[in-house]
Amino acid sequence: MQKLKQIRQTLSGNYAVAYAVKQVDVDVISAYPITPQTTMVEKLSEYVATGELQAEFIPVESEHSALSVVTAAAATGARVFTSTSSQGLLLMHEILFITAALRLPVVMAVANRAVSAPINIWNDHSDAMDQRDTGWIQIFAESSQEAYDTMIQAYRIAEDLRVRLPVMVNFDGYILTHTYEPVDTLPDEHVKEFTPRVKPPFRLNPDEPVSIGTLAPPDYYYEVKYQEINAIENSLPVIEEVSKKYGDLSGRYYSNVEQTSVNDADIVLVSMGALSGTARHVVRELRQHNIKAGLIRLRLFRPFPIKSIIDLISDAKAVGIIDRAVSPGAVGGPVFMEIAAIMKLYGIDVPIVNFIAGLGGRDVTPSDIKYMFDELQLTAISGKPKRPVYYIGLRGWNP
Amino acid sequence: MIYRTVRDLPTEEYFAPGHGLCAGCPIGILAKIVLKVSGKDSIIVNATGCGEVSTTLYPSTAWRVPWIHLAFENAAATASGVRAAYDAMIKKGLLNKDANIIVFAGDGGTADIGLQALSGALERGDRFLYICYDNEAYMNTGIQRSGATPFGAWTTTTPLGAKLSGREIFKKDLIGIAIAHKVRYAATAVPSYPFDLANKIEKGLKVNGPAFIHVLIPCTTGWRFDPSFTIKIGKLAVQTGLWPLYEYENGVFRTTVPVPRRKPVIEYLKLQGRFKHLLNKPELITEIQKYADELAQRFGLGPIEQ
Ligand SMILES: Cc1ncc(C[n+]2csc(CCOP(=O)(O)OP(=O)(O)O)c2C)c(N)n1
Ligand code: SF4
Repeated sequence: MQKLKQIRQTLSGNYAVAYAVKQVDVDVISAYPITPQTTMVEKLSEYVATGELQAEFIPVESEHSALSVVTAAAATGARVFTSTSSQGLLLMHEILFITAALRLPVVMAVANRAVSAPINIWNDHSDAMDQRDTGWIQIFAESSQEAYDTMIQAYRIAEDLRVRLPVMVNFDGYILTHTYEPVDTLPDEHVKEFTPRVKPPFRLNPDEPVSIGTLAPPDYYYEVKYQEINAIENSLPVIEEVSKKYGDLSGRYYSNVEQTSVNDADIVLVSMGALSGTARHVVRELRQHNIKAGLIRLRLFRPFPIKSIIDLISDAKAVGIIDRAVSPGAVGGPVFMEIAAIMKLYGIDVPIVNFIAGLGGRDVTPSDIKYMFDELQLTAISGKPKRPVYYIGLRGWNP
Repeated sequence: MIYRTVRDLPTEEYFAPGHGLCAGCPIGILAKIVLKVSGKDSIIVNATGCGEVSTTLYPSTAWRVPWIHLAFENAAATASGVRAAYDAMIKKGLLNKDANIIVFAGDGGTADIGLQALSGALERGDRFLYICYDNEAYMNTGIQRSGATPFGAWTTTTPLGAKLSGREIFKKDLIGIAIAHKVRYAATAVPSYPFDLANKIEKGLKVNGPAFIHVLIPCTTGWRFDPSFTIKIGKLAVQTGLWPLYEYENGVFRTTVPVPRRKPVIEYLKLQGRFKHLLNKPELITEIQKYADELAQRFGLGPIEQ
């Protein structure tokens, strides 16, 4: 294929996402400001005001209404976008289930931020992890470039008739939303071609009336729910296919589970989001000292890419899972529990450790990551972790 | 079109028989009349409540026009979304004809939990017709009080006892709240006066902006009366001055059904089980009479007939 001429721009993560939304030519945008998402919505309203984007921008009175507006607009057949963070995402929680169960292709960008209390506007993944059972596809980007690329892919995935599910594109608050980076963007016409309008299988149309969101008694609810479960399970190959096609177009290929030096690694860390960049840097350093470290970066969290993870961790001697969210009272963080469960299920007997890190915007430094690898090395030698959960960087935590 | 008799109403039925509303429930009458006036090119947005659960028990539906329900408190936002989708798609040439967007929501879904979304939509001026069917309590969950439950009424959360004789607060002025948002058109109605209702729906649909119609729905189950009394009770609400029929257009109120001679409120109260305990509390009936007198004065209704 002939190489595409891309346009390199200096964009913050929020602007990169807004730019992608403009290029896919959405029809209805509705959102409510919340730090650190706000500048994204401001940018979009600017695009609408200048006429660069022909869309209805509905400035609602709450996030609950924002998601209601775009869900209803999607049910009417429009292409839609919303975005939020933290408390806003929590306020949408009720409607997230509804969007997914009604199989509506809503795309939402979430600028990940900690949740109250205490009020904290900095980054972690607590907001998104809270939504893991709502039936949305959840992707976590590592860079602004990836956030841009993923937004475009998200429309193609959500609207695919084999999927028809909402997609949440997560990217770290401030670390990505407010940092300017060079971002390679595609020409408009290529984005347009990559995200063609798909005729929805049903919509609110007086010529073919349907009732959407009816009451389903015990005799039907379960089957309807199962169709949704089935749809998200079957979305995995579609997500892979879309990533591949997008790679062919842009030269940037992403996989659901990205790995660095895992093939021959003894000690492996699993991470999500921007922090993975730091971890990758540490892996490279350790490799220079002949320490067999590796990194797995989860790009896709829902559906959980079980097979790919299993393949990558089976041969390790110790695996550490970084969680940027907690589940108080449970054995560990949400990603840790997920991986522990599949390991048990697939009979993989590798010791695992959970590292809770970076809550509420606490920095996760290269030396924190080094510490994690050190602990993994000890675990690999003893074959048994000292403890299941480590609270990295927490003052007063004295194991 | 001005509706004066049954013959003026279209014969098409877009609200099908066979729904599960209680016998004698006027929500069905309301839905039927609304759709006769608004016609085929209409989209109904329903809030959770009686009107929703009784008409769409999967796999059947009573709605012969497109219908959507998302949740309890977001009917107004849902309607804004449908409206925005139509506006955007028409501008982009993806759709070639508009539709009437009509909300059906109960008093709970409107005056209480849904008030925020309603306020947002009215303030933005989103173009749709919002119909609050007001049965004066949360009926779907079993007759609990709402902000629209009238003074003195029994509900399961304003029960009777040594310390309480039903609700101790007067109804929230819901239509007043809508009008305070500078809606283009607002009106009260009741299915007992079907042509008055039909004319108001027609006007509400023509307005370029949000319109709000507040419809009193005598509920045989929650108000505790015989189903054969539905129409009669609705008429008595008007004739006692407790539910004056008026409209508000371009800043002006107009009474649409004159009441030259008012009936005393007791005529209305005594037919309903929810007010039965008031019969030996004349001082509470006097309070309610005073409330009706004030409304009568505001809307130019006549004196009480002797
Ligand atoms: C967030 C939320 N809270 C509570 C409920 C339970 N609920 C369903 S319908 C309803 C009452 C509806 O009352 P109203 O709006 O007056 O309509 P009606 O049932 O009287 O027709 C309630 C409380 C719900 N569905 N969602
Ligand atoms: S409970 Fe009342 S409002 Fe609900 S369906 Fe029955 S009569 Fe109608």
